[in-house]
Amino acid sequence: MDNLPLLSIITFLPLAGAFALLLIPQEKVGLIKQTALGVACAGFAVSIPLLNYDGGRKGGIEFREKMDWVESLGITWHLGIDGISLWLVLLTTFLGPIVILGAWEAVHTRHREFFFHLLALQTFMLGTFVAQNLAVFYLFWELMLVPMFFLIGVFGGNERIYATVKFVLYTVFGSMLMLAAIFYLYWLHHEQFGTWSLEFIDLYKVQMGLSVQGWMLLAFGLAFAIKVPMFPLHTWLPDAHVQAPTAGSVVLAGVLLKMGTYGFLRLGMPLFPGAVEEWGWVVMLLAVIGIVYGALVAMVQPDMKKLVAYSSVSHMGYIMLGVFALNHQGVQGGILQMLNHGISTGALFLLVGVLYERTHTRNIWDYGGIAKVMPVYTTLFILVALSSAGLPGTNGFVGEFLTLLGAFRWGYAEAASGAGFWASYGFVVIACLGVILGAVYLLWMIERVFFGKILQERNLHLPDLTKREMAVFAPLVVMIFWLGLFPKPFIDKMEPSVETWIQNIDNGAAKTAELPPGLGSPGMPTLESVVVDAQEEAVR
Amino acid sequence: MENLLIPVLLLPLVGAMINGFAGKKLGDKVVSIVGIGAIAIPGLLAWLLLFELMGMDGEHGNHLSLTLFEWIHVGAFKADFGLWLDELSVVMLLIVTNIGALIHLYSVGYMKGDPSYWRFFAYLNLFIFSMLCLILGSNLLVLFLGWEGVGLCSYLLIGFWYENSDYAKAGKKAFVTNRVGDFGFALGMMLLFALFGTLEPSEINHALEHGLPTGMNPKMIEAAALLLFVGATGKSAQIPLFVWLPDAMAGPTPVSALIHAATMVTAGVYMIARLNGLFFHAEFAMHVVLVIGAATALLAATIGLVQNDIKKVLAYSTVSQLGFMFVAMGAGAWAVGIFHLMTHAFFKACLFLGSGSVILAMHHEQDMRFYGGLSKFMPKTYWTFFAATLAISGIFPFAGFFSKDEILWFAYASDRGHPVIYVVVLAAAICTAFYMFRIMWMTFWGEHRGVPEGHGDHDDHDDHSDHEGDHDDHHGGDPVESPWTMTVPLIVLGALSLVGGFLGVPHLLGNVAGHFPNLLHDWLHPVFQYSEVHYTHADGLEWGLMGLSLGLALSVWGVTAMLWRGKDKLTHPLDKVPAVHKLLWNKWYVDELYEVALIGPIVKFSREVLWKIVDEVCIDGTVNFVGGVCKTVADGLGRLQNGDVGNYATVMVGGMLFLLLCLAGYGLW
Repeated sequence: MDNLPLLSIITFLPLAGAFALLLIPQEKVGLIKQTALGVACAGFAVSIPLLNYDGGRKGGIEFREKMDWVESLGITWHLGIDGISLWLVLLTTFLGPIVILGAWEAVHTRHREFFFHLLALQTFMLGTFVAQNLAVFYLFWELMLVPMFFLIGVFGGNERIYATVKFVLYTVFGSMLMLAAIFYLYWLHHEQFGTWSLEFIDLYKVQMGLSVQGWMLLAFGLAFAIKVPMFPLHTWLPDAHVQAPTAGSVVLAGVLLKMGTYGFLRLGMPLFPGAVEEWGWVVMLLAVIGIVYGALVAMVQPDMKKLVAYSSVSHMGYIMLGVFALNHQGVQGGILQMLNHGISTGALFLLVGVLYERTHTRNIWDYGGIAKVMPVYTTLFILVALSSAGLPGTNGFVGEFLTLLGAFRWGYAEAASGAGFWASYGFVVIACLGVILGAVYLLWMIERVFFGKILQERNLHLPDLTKREMAVFAPLVVMIFWLGLFPKPFIDKMEPSVETWIQNIDNGAAKTAELPPGLGSPGMPTLESVVVDAQEEAVR
Repeated sequence: MENLLIPVLLLPLVGAMINGFAGKKLGDKVVSIVGIGAIAIPGLLAWLLLFELMGMDGEHGNHLSLTLFEWIHVGAFKADFGLWLDELSVVMLLIVTNIGALIHLYSVGYMKGDPSYWRFFAYLNLFIFSMLCLILGSNLLVLFLGWEGVGLCSYLLIGFWYENSDYAKAGKKAFVTNRVGDFGFALGMMLLFALFGTLEPSEINHALEHGLPTGMNPKMIEAAALLLFVGATGKSAQIPLFVWLPDAMAGPTPVSALIHAATMVTAGVYMIARLNGLFFHAEFAMHVVLVIGAATALLAATIGLVQNDIKKVLAYSTVSQLGFMFVAMGAGAWAVGIFHLMTHAFFKACLFLGSGSVILAMHHEQDMRFYGGLSKFMPKTYWTFFAATLAISGIFPFAGFFSKDEILWFAYASDRGHPVIYVVVLAAAICTAFYMFRIMWMTFWGEHRGVPEGHGDHDDHDDHSDHEGDHDDHHGGDPVESPWTMTVPLIVLGALSLVGGFLGVPHLLGNVAGHFPNLLHDWLHPVFQYSEVHYTHADGLEWGLMGLSLGLALSVWGVTAMLWRGKDKLTHPLDKVPAVHKLLWNKWYVDELYEVALIGPIVKFSREVLWKIVDEVCIDGTVNFVGGVCKTVADGLGRLQNGDVGNYATVMVGGMLFLLLCLAGYGLW
């Protein structure tokens, strides 16, 4: 049993299921749905043993699988998880069945293709999280685009083509930059170590001076920042969300956006620690702008889905802020917030979808007084909205508070080293304003949708949640309170890995400070040459 | 013994869950029993806990504490879900559970026949649970959980009759305004953690027992105290965040009594008392508390002078009385502030419940101009309301006299007080007596005026009349006294308003009466022993000021009698100065100011600039432009793909040559 390639099984089970779907005739809609749901449930079940993860005090990589793939190019099939990717893998498999059950009645044509893409997407997302080799990572990273392209482009709303083009344009732009940077890093590793490798662990060792790191971080960072999305690269998200079918929105918000933050955690930051130390404040600044900007624009949206989409921009800002604070509270809060956002925002999209399926409008002004006819739905909506707004006792609070605390401690340290008030505490103060706005846009929407008198006749007889819909939301509600009140098991598993991660970045940054800034640029690839140059200089 | 805290905390939660999930099926009777039991049992247990604490004899005060589970442990940050009961929190616990139980009983009568009866009790129990977290939390994060939890319940209960969109708006306003305060509270907590490495008030106070720890920047202490006070201005409705409380009267009247008078709104005062060590060392922050408290006390009292809605008057009165409590806190008279918190809970709960009884009798008419002469029809409501009026107006020897007079004295005599503050607060006290006796004249004394035929049918307050079943089936007839479930709580609270003050008899009066001790002060002494502020001892002056305030209160009573006794017209003396009357009637235009200066511009800026220009024109414009260029180029390149094989071959060879050159250039070949 020990040699079972668990991560490969977890990763490819959905894809296998997707191909199995193609064997079912298109007319047998029920069987297609049931199979898809069964595959997703099985996908979650096989991922549960991952909870045995124990990386020791260092929080190292476990469940490792390593096979040669293209040996001469240093490409290996190398999978593994640490305490950070563990939770993202579980988030993905956990949301899998929920998404499929949520989309039960939402699709009306081409069921087979729809669920095929959903399941394939799950495989590609999982592959990205478990990759320990940059080639594997990039492969899955790019593959993700394909099913998403079809989910929005084929099953989306009226303006789906525009939304898809925008989504693809943004993403491909980022990916191209990243690809160029990957090739450069690949070459640099060969220059410095004499072997070809795309293993994460090898690439972390590549030495780069500060200016080189800066350019590389920019290239990688743009790709990730687009996925997050960070201000001002966020405008694809509202369109994609609005046009995507509910299931697409849930996967997009629940997991896909985390690719961006995960990319920073796994690659952007550990590869270029010196640049992170030097220019991290720029990212934090953009994160803070995103928090307030997203919240303000969310506040004035007349479309419920667009409102939730902009709220994502705001919430993802907290994650970036916490992660770049580079301390325990910030980073772990950021990771928890990645899970929370997946759960709460995913649930919000599902909830909006429930209403949309009944009325085919997402316009806030088409509602009012819904609480009277759909009391269970209303209660659930308020609960999820409050968790999204960070009410203590729910998941949102733990993540939000920790990221803000992390940002505060970052500011406290900056102030102690002599920075001015705004340069140190400005971020956390402005980010806290976002907490106020979070309550504003959600409660304002709730007030207009649920309270008051029912103004439209067609809303008088809306049915409340069905049993199936309740089954969709029940696990999400459990997670909202579990993460809100007993986050200990989650924190305990990730803490050693985060500890090591922070140390590596700190050490890396300290090391970068000793290197010449141009080290690793095309003319000066290795340290030896620098030394030689310096000696020659001295001789002259 | 500390295990008793578990049922005290959890029973209300259990009650809320039973009523919330199953209440609809259980029927109103079971819902009432569950709802009241879930608060009455903790109410009784609270007395046991009090006796337990009384029996302990620790040298520096006593406490019972208990850790339920580890909540958030990340790196050096540790926040357990722990409970902490000491001399201070047990007082709060007794107030919340016992007055809470009375108000639950009252609600049985008041909410009778409401189709969402079960939902009301579920929310009310949930509120008690949150309030207990706030009071008993052993660290600020648990306190904050309760702090936001009571805010949530307040939101749900203000908008209880959600079909009226004004009520729903009032609920949202309350939550959002509180969030503005919580912005400060959260930052304050973070700063405290950075400074002390803990969020336990007991440890923070302990660290400050003998002055500031070495190396700690006093400005940081000031900043932390001020930030936390921002939170208090939200929750306890002080300037500049008091605007939500008057609107909160949209909630059913028991809610106004329980949440928006007796318990939740005093949370800010309690928080300062809890962190007295911190505030003691933040002298500037205490000055701010003092000034804000005094200004709020007067501002709100002046608005109360002219309002005609009985609940609005009481709402502004609450804001004003909370200001009194903050004056006590700012002057460092911690125990006095808590004393006033307690007496205020007695008499203001009584006043609100009394107003609820009147409102029911008047078929949900809240305008006092249609009242008058109700003492004949509802004697129990009348006498208890009168008792509470005497108490709040500061008439000797009723509850409010002792607590309010102590606040006035310390505002003057404390080293951190100031004569100007004394004058401001005294003026507020005069206003208090004025608007309270005005209520008495307009509501209970004189001739009954009644609601004219046809009025009220189009009135806002009737929007939920369909909820009120058997109360509202007739619009005519004389007002009738409320049922026993409502009058019993009134009588208990009325009695407490009369005698509750003897728990905190000032030493000056106690000495005259043969060393009658100041029970509450002595009981709370261990909590505040390291934060004692020095004050002037001047018995003669204290007697003089005491006489002055009593004399003024009685004179105001006389003035109101001259104005309204035996008159059939309800003219207001301020009618002669219309500018002032208009200003007060419109509540100093604070809401309008916020709308024009803050909310409107932010919404407009977000919509017109951020969304329509930055997003849709600047960013999307760039993206679409790039997209357009790509498309043009691609269309051009597409023509290369013209099917001519020779053409393809040329391009292929060229590309290969280019790649080879590149590779050669880097010496890889």
